[in-house]
Amino acid sequence: MNEIALKQPEDASVSTATHDHHVDSVPLRGNGKVPFITRGVVVLMVLAAGALAVLAWRLAFGVGSVTNLDNNYPWGLWIGIDVATGVALAAGGFTTSFLAHILHKGKYEAVVRPALLTAMFGYTFVGLGVAIDLGRYYNIWHIFVPSMWQGNSALFEVGWCVTMYVTVLYIEFLPIVCERFKNKVNLPGPLKLLNGPLNAYLRVADRFLDKTITIFLMLGVVLSCAHQSSLGTLMVIAPTKVHPLWHTQILPLQFLLSAFAVGLSMVIFESYLASRSFKREFELDVLAPLGRLIPFLLMVYFGSKLIDMVNRGTYVYLNDGSLQSVSWLVEVIGGLFLPAFILMAHRLRRQPKWLFTAAALVVFGVALNRVNVFIIGYSPQFGHGPYVPAIPEALLTIGFISIIVLLYRSYVWVFPVLPREEGEHHA
Amino acid sequence: MVSRRDFLKISGTAALTLAGVEKARASEEHLDPDRFGVLADFTLCIGCRSCEWACSSSHDLPHGKIKDYDDPTPMESMRRPDDKQLTVINAYDPPASSEKALTVKVNCLHCEKPACVSACIVGALEKTPQGPVTYNAWECIGCRYCMVACPFSIPAYEYDNALTPKVVKCDLCADQTLKGGAPSCVGICPTEALLYGKRSELLKVAKNRIRHSPERYINKVYGEHDAGGTSWLYLSDRDFATVDLPDVPDSSPAHVTENIQHGIFRGFSGPAMILGLLGVLIKSSGKVPPEKDLPSRNGGES
Repeated sequence: MNEIALKQPEDASVSTATHDHHVDSVPLRGNGKVPFITRGVVVLMVLAAGALAVLAWRLAFGVGSVTNLDNNYPWGLWIGIDVATGVALAAGGFTTSFLAHILHKGKYEAVVRPALLTAMFGYTFVGLGVAIDLGRYYNIWHIFVPSMWQGNSALFEVGWCVTMYVTVLYIEFLPIVCERFKNKVNLPGPLKLLNGPLNAYLRVADRFLDKTITIFLMLGVVLSCAHQSSLGTLMVIAPTKVHPLWHTQILPLQFLLSAFAVGLSMVIFESYLASRSFKREFELDVLAPLGRLIPFLLMVYFGSKLIDMVNRGTYVYLNDGSLQSVSWLVEVIGGLFLPAFILMAHRLRRQPKWLFTAAALVVFGVALNRVNVFIIGYSPQFGHGPYVPAIPEALLTIGFISIIVLLYRSYVWVFPVLPREEGEHHA
Repeated sequence: MVSRRDFLKISGTAALTLAGVEKARASEEHLDPDRFGVLADFTLCIGCRSCEWACSSSHDLPHGKIKDYDDPTPMESMRRPDDKQLTVINAYDPPASSEKALTVKVNCLHCEKPACVSACIVGALEKTPQGPVTYNAWECIGCRYCMVACPFSIPAYEYDNALTPKVVKCDLCADQTLKGGAPSCVGICPTEALLYGKRSELLKVAKNRIRHSPERYINKVYGEHDAGGTSWLYLSDRDFATVDLPDVPDSSPAHVTENIQHGIFRGFSGPAMILGLLGVLIKSSGKVPPEKDLPSRNGGES
C-alpha cells in the first residue's frame, strides 16, 4: 500500500479535479517521521471513550441524566460549544476555499485540504452534537418533510443549511479519495469482492467531479454564509433573555463577520499544532500572509460591534462589574484587539510562535463570543444564577473534540491532505 | 462547469418551494375575531390553589386530593410551571401601602403571535385561530428552541424521559375549549378571579373594572399589547414586573426574527446574490495567470 501512496501524486487528471491545484499533497503514512500512536493519541482515545460512555448513558436515561439543563436553561454546553462554536471554528473550510478557488490565490492551495478536512469533521460533529441534545433525535428527519417545514424558524434554516453543507464538504473531499484510491482499491480477504465496484465508483465520481467541482465549491461558500449568519439569528428571538451587550438585531451579521476571521485563524492554529505533532515544517510563507488578512476582518467585525453599541447605548453595561461585562471585555480585548495588534506587526507575524498565539487568541475570542451569546449572556426570568455544565456534559464535549482530532490524524495518515515537504520521498 | 444562469435557475426553483411553505404558514396566523381568552384579576384571587388541582387532574398529571391544596406554603417558594404542573399560584408579599398579599397565577399566556410557534423547527406548536397554542408531540424533535424563544419562559421539558420526552405547557384545555367548554382552571375558580370569554369582551371588562375602581388597580391590562398581545389578560394592584410578569416589548419578538429571516431569504435573494458575486469573482480572477512566485516547497509549478 505504501508504494502506491508514493507513486501516484503526479497523476495529471487528478490535479484538474480539485481545480487548478498547484500543491502536491501526500499521505503521512509510511514517511517514518512520527508513529501514529503517541502518548497524546492514547490520552485522546481515553477521552473519546469517555464521550461514548456519556452518550450511552444519555441514550438510556435521557438528556436530564447527564446535563445541568433545566426548564429555565434549555440550551447549554452542547448547543453553545459543540454546535454554535463548532460551526464558527469550522469556518476555515469555506474561507480558504474562497481564497484559493474563487479568488484563485494559488498559494493558499496548501491549506485548503487540511481546512476542508477540519470543516468536514467539525460539521459532522456539529450534527452529532445537535442530535444528542435533541429529546427526540429519531425525529430529526422531520425537518425535511415538506408538511412539517417551518420557514419562519431560524433553526429550520440552520438545520437545512448545515445538512446540505456537510454533504457538500464530503463531496469536496471525494476528489482526494479518488486521487489516493482510484483504481487502487485493494481490500483484503472477503472484502475483495468490493474492490471492483469501489474502483468503478471512484472512477465515475472522479470524472463527474472533474467537471462539476466548481459548483460544489461555490455552493459551500453560499451555504456557509447563510448558516453562519442564521446561527446568530437564533438568539435574536429572545430579546428579554440575552444580555443587551450581545443581543442585537445585527447578531447574524456579527456572526458572519466573526466567522470569516476565526475561519482563517483556525487554519493557522491547526497548522501549527499539526506541524508540531507531525514534526513538519510550519508553512510560514502561506500562513503569515493569511495572518495578515485577519486584522482587517477583525476590525470590520469590531466596527459592527462598536456601531451597534453606540447606537443602542449599551456601553453603560460595561463597567457594572457583572460577569457579563467582564466576559465582554475579555472577549473584545483579549480575543480581538490583542491578536489584531500582534498580527499587524510584521515582525511578530513572521514568527510562528507569535502567529500561532494571535490565531489562538482569535479562536478563543470568537469561541467566547458564542458562549457569551448562548450561555453567559442568557438569563431567563425564573433562572436562579448562571447555568454551569455538569461534568458528564463537559466530558462529552471534550470527548467529541478528541474524536475530531483522532479522525483528522487518521485521515492525514491515509489520504493526501498535507502538502509534500521538501526532500520528502520523491516519486 | 455549470454557468451562473443555471445556478440562478436552480435557486429560483428552490425559492418558489419556500414561498409555498411561507404561504401555508401565514394562513394559520389569521386569528378568529371572536377568539377566546381568560381575564385573571389577581386582586380577586384568594390563593385557594384549586385551579392547580383542576388543571393537573384534567391533564392526567399527578394531582392528589383537592384538600391537599389548602396548604398555602408552596405559594411562598416562587414556583414555575414544569412538566408536572402546568399552572402554579405564587404569593407576593404585600407592599408597604397594602395589607394584602397578591396571589398570582402563572401559566402559558397563549400569545397572539407566539415566539414559540415561530421558533418551532417543525411546526409542532400551533396557534389555533380560536386562541390556544397547542403542541403536537409526534412532530416535535425535542430541540427546545421554543423554551429559549418564549419571553415568559413557560414551556417545560421532560428531561428525565429518555425516549419520548415532551414539551409541557398549558394548552388552555384545547380539547374542551375548542368544543365550546371552559378551561378547567376557570371552571373551578370560586371567586371569578378567572373569567373566560371572547378576548375582545374581556378587554372591555378589564378596562371597565379599572375605570370603576381606579384605587384598586394599576392602570394597565397586562397582555393587551405585551409581547404583541396574549390570550390571557391580567389585572393587578401593583407593577406587573414585581409579580414576575416581565417587561417585554409590545411587539412579538417573532416579528423581528421573521423579518430578518425573510429579508435575507425571501426568494433566496441573499444567497442568489452571493452566488452571483462568486460567479463574477471566479470568472474574473480565473483569467489572472497562476502566480509564479509560489513558495518553492509547494512544488509542482503547473
